Amino acid sequence: MLEVAGLACIRGDRKLFSDLSFTLGEGELLRLHGHNGSGKTTLMRTLCGLSRESAGEIRWNGASIHKLGEEFTREVVYIGHKNGIKDDLTGVENLRVCSALDGCPVTERQAWDALERMGLMGHEDLPSRVLSQGQKRRVALARLLLNKSRLWILDEPFTALDVAAVDFLQSIIRDHINSGGMVILTTHQEVKITREQVLELRLGWKEAGHV
Amino acid sequence: MFNAFRTLLGRDLLLAMRRRSDLFTTLFFFVIVVSLFPLGIGPEMKTLRLIAPGVFWVAALLASMLALERLFAVDYEDGALEQMLLTPQPLFILVLAKVIAHWLVTGLPLVLMAPLLGLQYDLASDALGVMVVSLLLGTPALSLIGAIGAALTLGLRGGGVLVSLLVLPLYIPVLIFGSGAVEATASGMGGQGHLLMLGAILVLSLLLAPLAASAALRISVE
Repeated sequence: MLEVAGLACIRGDRKLFSDLSFTLGEGELLRLHGHNGSGKTTLMRTLCGLSRESAGEIRWNGASIHKLGEEFTREVVYIGHKNGIKDDLTGVENLRVCSALDGCPVTERQAWDALERMGLMGHEDLPSRVLSQGQKRRVALARLLLNKSRLWILDEPFTALDVAAVDFLQSIIRDHINSGGMVILTTHQEVKITREQVLELRLGWKEAGHV
Repeated sequence: MFNAFRTLLGRDLLLAMRRRSDLFTTLFFFVIVVSLFPLGIGPEMKTLRLIAPGVFWVAALLASMLALERLFAVDYEDGALEQMLLTPQPLFILVLAKVIAHWLVTGLPLVLMAPLLGLQYDLASDALGVMVVSLLLGTPALSLIGAIGAALTLGLRGGGVLVSLLVLPLYIPVLIFGSGAVEATASGMGGQGHLLMLGAILVLSLLLAPLAASAALRISVE
């Protein structure tokens, strides 16, 4: 369970949000809304521990995420604006390196299968440099299929994807929630994730939003 | 943990193999700088023997500086670095793997090339031997210390110049003991003491530099 209490973030001299509190339980999805520059990405980077909060606390199962350290990062997948894949490696190599570093090594077969499910059949052993923007995104998202982490933090996961890939990604997000996982995502697109456990959080209003 | 170390080391070596042009720039820089001095000074054997240790070590220092910029910058730009910070692996191990891969690609070739270049300076065989040993102990320390500077200047504009200003002063002990070892051997005093000091510097930087670089990376990525 992820608990956020009294969170504030200040970038430069600008207060992005303050006194933000919410709880995300198992099987729940939190969708962040807000105009450009309202602090969605900052919030996500803070939640996964990349940025430090200015005030407040983020707790995972009751303990501060900074104290948990690697025990917390084991439970998190973060996919941000940058795909985090190496241009000179093939999709399979990228995926295997990522998984090994995430602590759950996969065989070459599993990596091929994951990429195939992601709709990259025939492109698995090409250097990522020659892939299109959307295909690179698919390679990055294929990590979700192989990962055992419970909390997914996805920053604009649908950008550059085509309709089929968006549908597929929505279905794996749905599966993840149904099996007790947690998802935090931002998107400007209309998403049809029709589950009752969807929470909405609006950032960038006159005062920071509460859930 | 060991698995992660091996994976990252293997990945960086593979990437270096796929980008061989980067690999050779450092080596050729070293070869050219070292070869320029005999051409400029002329075939004065006594002078060449005298300046050889200093020239080799300063060239190694500059070559190592040249390569530093790429140590974390590529991973930073494509987002692989922030993913590394989010893996359940100790950052110390990951940084160590990256630095070792970096040394294998940019430092080790210099060490292997040194005896051949030493012939231009008419160095005696025992002095050449000590030169190789001193470079073997010193260049990993240069990579390790340099990693701190590379991590601190990540994402800054003009980071390359800043790295030199930050890191070159820290390289001074390595330079002194490295060239000192060769000089002492050439003058018949024996360079053992210098080599032991270099070894101590290497052990110390092996222990502390990855820690400092990890902390610097966390600040740079934020």
